[in-house]
Parts: sequence; C-alpha cells; structure tokens
Amino acid sequence: MIDVQDLSVSFGSGASAKQVVKGVSFSVTKGETLGIVGESGCGKSTVLRSLAGLDRHWTGKVSLSGTEVDKVRTREQMLLTQMVFQDPYGSIHPRHRISRILAEPIRAMDRGKGWDMVAPALEQVGLPTAFADRFPHQLSGGQRQRVAIARALMLEPEIILLDEPTSALDVSVQAEVLNLLADLKEARNLTYVLVSHDLSVIAHMCDRVLVMKAGVFVDELTKDDLYQGRTHHDYSRMLFEASAL
Amino acid sequence: MHAPEQDTILSVKNLSVHFGRYAKPAVDGVSFDLKAERLGIVGESGSGKSTLGRAVMRLLPPIGRVTADTLTFDGMNVLAAKEKQMRSLRGNSMALIMQDPRYSLNPVLPIGKQVAEAAILHLNVGKTEAYKMAATMLERVRIADIERTMKLYPHQISGGMGQRVMIAMMLLAKPRMVIADEPTSALDVSVRGDVLKLLDELVRENNAGLMLISHDIRMVAAFCERIMVMYKGRVVETLTSLEEAKHPYTRGLIAAMPDLKAPVRRLKTLDRNAIDAVEVRP
Repeated sequence: MIDVQDLSVSFGSGASAKQVVKGVSFSVTKGETLGIVGESGCGKSTVLRSLAGLDRHWTGKVSLSGTEVDKVRTREQMLLTQMVFQDPYGSIHPRHRISRILAEPIRAMDRGKGWDMVAPALEQVGLPTAFADRFPHQLSGGQRQRVAIARALMLEPEIILLDEPTSALDVSVQAEVLNLLADLKEARNLTYVLVSHDLSVIAHMCDRVLVMKAGVFVDELTKDDLYQGRTHHDYSRMLFEASAL
Repeated sequence: MHAPEQDTILSVKNLSVHFGRYAKPAVDGVSFDLKAERLGIVGESGSGKSTLGRAVMRLLPPIGRVTADTLTFDGMNVLAAKEKQMRSLRGNSMALIMQDPRYSLNPVLPIGKQVAEAAILHLNVGKTEAYKMAATMLERVRIADIERTMKLYPHQISGGMGQRVMIAMMLLAKPRMVIADEPTSALDVSVRGDVLKLLDELVRENNAGLMLISHDIRMVAAFCERIMVMYKGRVVETLTSLEEAKHPYTRGLIAAMPDLKAPVRRLKTLDRNAIDAVEVRP
C-alpha cells in the first residue's frame, strides 16, 4: 500500500542545512497499522508530512497504492491519503460551522456541494447530526477530534496518516477515539500510519512499530515483541522502560 | 528532633468553589489533610482537580468564590488571610508548578535571571548571592553547562529542560507544599520519568508535601502514597493503590488506558450512566 525508498528530508540550505530524515525505507501492506515512535524532534512527523504531500522538499521514492507520487501532488494523488493532526483546536477552522468543515474536502475536489454528505459523516464517527450547525468552540476536544477524523474520511481515502491523534485528549476520551479508529479501520479496510511518543497507545493500535531516533529507524518491533517486552536496541529499551512506569 | 512527618501541612474541610452565578459548584465539599507526603489528585478535564489546586493557593480569579469550613496552611487560615500575606506565602512556602514551561516561564528574561529573581524575591539575598544560588539549584536539577544555560532564553531550551528550570525556580525557597499541576503532560515519555524522579527527590529533601494533579492515573499510582479521585467536583474515592479501586469511575479510568503489559482488543470506555447512578446525592 505504501512503499517508501530512501526518503530524506532536509531543512535549510547550504552550510546551515540540517538533515532531519536520513534515507529511511519502509513499506506498509493494505489493512496494516504501522506505528512510528520516537521522542520529539526525531523526524517522525516529518516523515508523515512528506507522505501526506504537505512537505515538498524530500528526496527518494514514495509509492502510494502502487503508484509513485510526485513531490507536487496531482489531484488523483492527493485523494490517496488524508491526515489527522494532533491538536483538534488548531486543525479545524474556528469560524466555520461543522457542516462547512466537513463539506470542504468535497468542494475542494469539485465533487459537488457536499452538504448532503455531512449528516452520514457525523453519524459514522458517533456524533449527533445536530452538531452540523455548531462551531468548533461549542464542541469538546474529543468531539472535535471526531470531526477531524470525519473530515479525513470524506474523500474515502485508503490511507489515513495519524499524527499523535490522542495526545491532546484525556485518557477516557482517548479510549473512545482509539476505539473509533479501530472500528473505522475494520469497516473500511483502511491502512493507518500512526505516529506517537506514547508506546502504550502504539502497542494497542499497531501491528508493527518502527522506533525512530535522530532521523533513522533503529529498531522494528512486532506486536508480539511489545507484549513480551523484547527490544533489539538500547534506545527502544529505554523508551520501553520509560513508558512502563 | 520531632517527627515532622506527623505534622499536617494543609488541612481542608468541606471546600467548595462556585463560579459566577452558576448554582453548580466546580469543587463540591472536598476535605483532605496533607502531611509531608505525596498526594495524587486524579480526574478527567473539568473534574475540578486544577480548580482545587488553585483554590488552596487562593489563585482563582475574583469570579471564583471559595468557601470552606477549614482551610489552614501551616496553622494559618488561608481564607481569612490578606492578599499581602498570601503573596508572601506563595513561592516561599507554597509553590505551584504548571503544565507547560513554554507558558509559565517569562519569555523575555534569560533563564539564570528568572531563577535568581526567585531567590531575590523570597530569600532576601543580594544579586550576586542570588545568582550563585540559582546556579547551585540548576545544578541540582541536572542541567548541564550551567554557565551557558543561564544566559539562554526559554525558547532556546527544550520542554524537559524548561520544566526542570521551573522545578529549580519553585523549589529554591524550599517550600513546605508543592502543587504540581500536570507537570509532565507537555513532555515526552522519555523525559517524563526523569522529571518526576527529580521532583520527588527535591520534595523529599525539604520534607515538604506534594500534591500531584494529573489525569494519568497509572503514573500517579506509581508515584504517590495516596490517590484522590475526583469526578464532577467531588472526591469519589481515596486510594492507596489501584487494586483497591471500587468506584465504577476509578475502574473506568484504569480500564480506559492501554496497558503495555496487558493487551486488550478493545479499550473500555467510561459508562457515565453507571457512574452517575452511584453518585446520586441529594
């Protein structure tokens, strides 16, 4: 589903250039959930932004659903992926009603007005349809994150990129959102790439985990490895011990 | 020497907080005593845990009305104290560590100056002496290359370092009571443990009381001797370990967290109807 070869990302130019992602390669099969874990600044979000087409200065080869994508995406290539961001307060337009937020992707892609698709989209993420007329500040953090997930699903992508989707949420709300993501994945056979620094969330959601440090993957863990507490690298063991507080 | 563990630092009886004209209190009849121990306060957002912490320090805005049968800190009636008295207490014998160092540190002052300022304000020392004390304190919180760090501004240091600076600043005056309001939720997992250990070490050294406010019940349980669980402004349960949890809310909170060692296929979510059924009070 996703195939990445030798992906590198640098910020800045000339002598002050800083390589943040250093030639990583990985692939994700259809229906799989891949986790990327690491501390802040290790480049995990940058990998995700390159996959989503938000960053355009990467080098390497990225294939999504079997087609190699360009740095500047065509409309068809944009339809392949959608992203859910960490902070539902920042990723939703504060002065648009929920209905407009959800119809926006449909209209941006010239697929009609999109108003009739708002109600089913809200129902699908477990929100009452009456929320369509509300503004984002009238919703709680968890409800807002549900709206962000509904928006990501509007164009029926096969790949969803999740950048710390629950780290701004309470534990009780986090459980609801994680369950919703698991249900949606099952219902629609989605492929997830989940980035987080919380190893327990990653272990709950993911089939396979890549441990990232300073721009490279240092370890790969299976679900089984995580439950057994098996690690193959000092850094992942340290992360593991810090999480199992 | 007398056993200071036995001294009650903070005594709270039937404390309530009302905001504005709302009839429903944000904190509803909370009572507890804090000795030289670590007390955890757990609850969801909106459960009143942070409001409780601020009410104890009288840091709520004027719209928040605090009422209590007793609210004494070190034998002093906090509710009757004048604002001037409170100002001399805060930072000196009671300290508050907030969630995000990016917002709680002054962005236009170098680190060293901020920490030294705390010493000048609370300990009545001169400028040179204050800088010396700041350097020692920063060394205590394991900040490397102190000379350089003291000249940096808050945006130039990482979150974990910022929180350690915050701890250094707050514990410089050796307070009797420290309220840590979600001290680690803005931090990475890898530095979370370090910051907590450090906080614990320094608080123990001063023989002070620590109130740790968090929504992460497992972290609090690993760290505190007593856990107070708050729901809708009330304390529903006080525990010494997670195994004793009886209240459906506490159990719900524990089950809602994914556990590395005990995998489940689906996470349990809170059954709010069941909780409210238990929590019916006149």
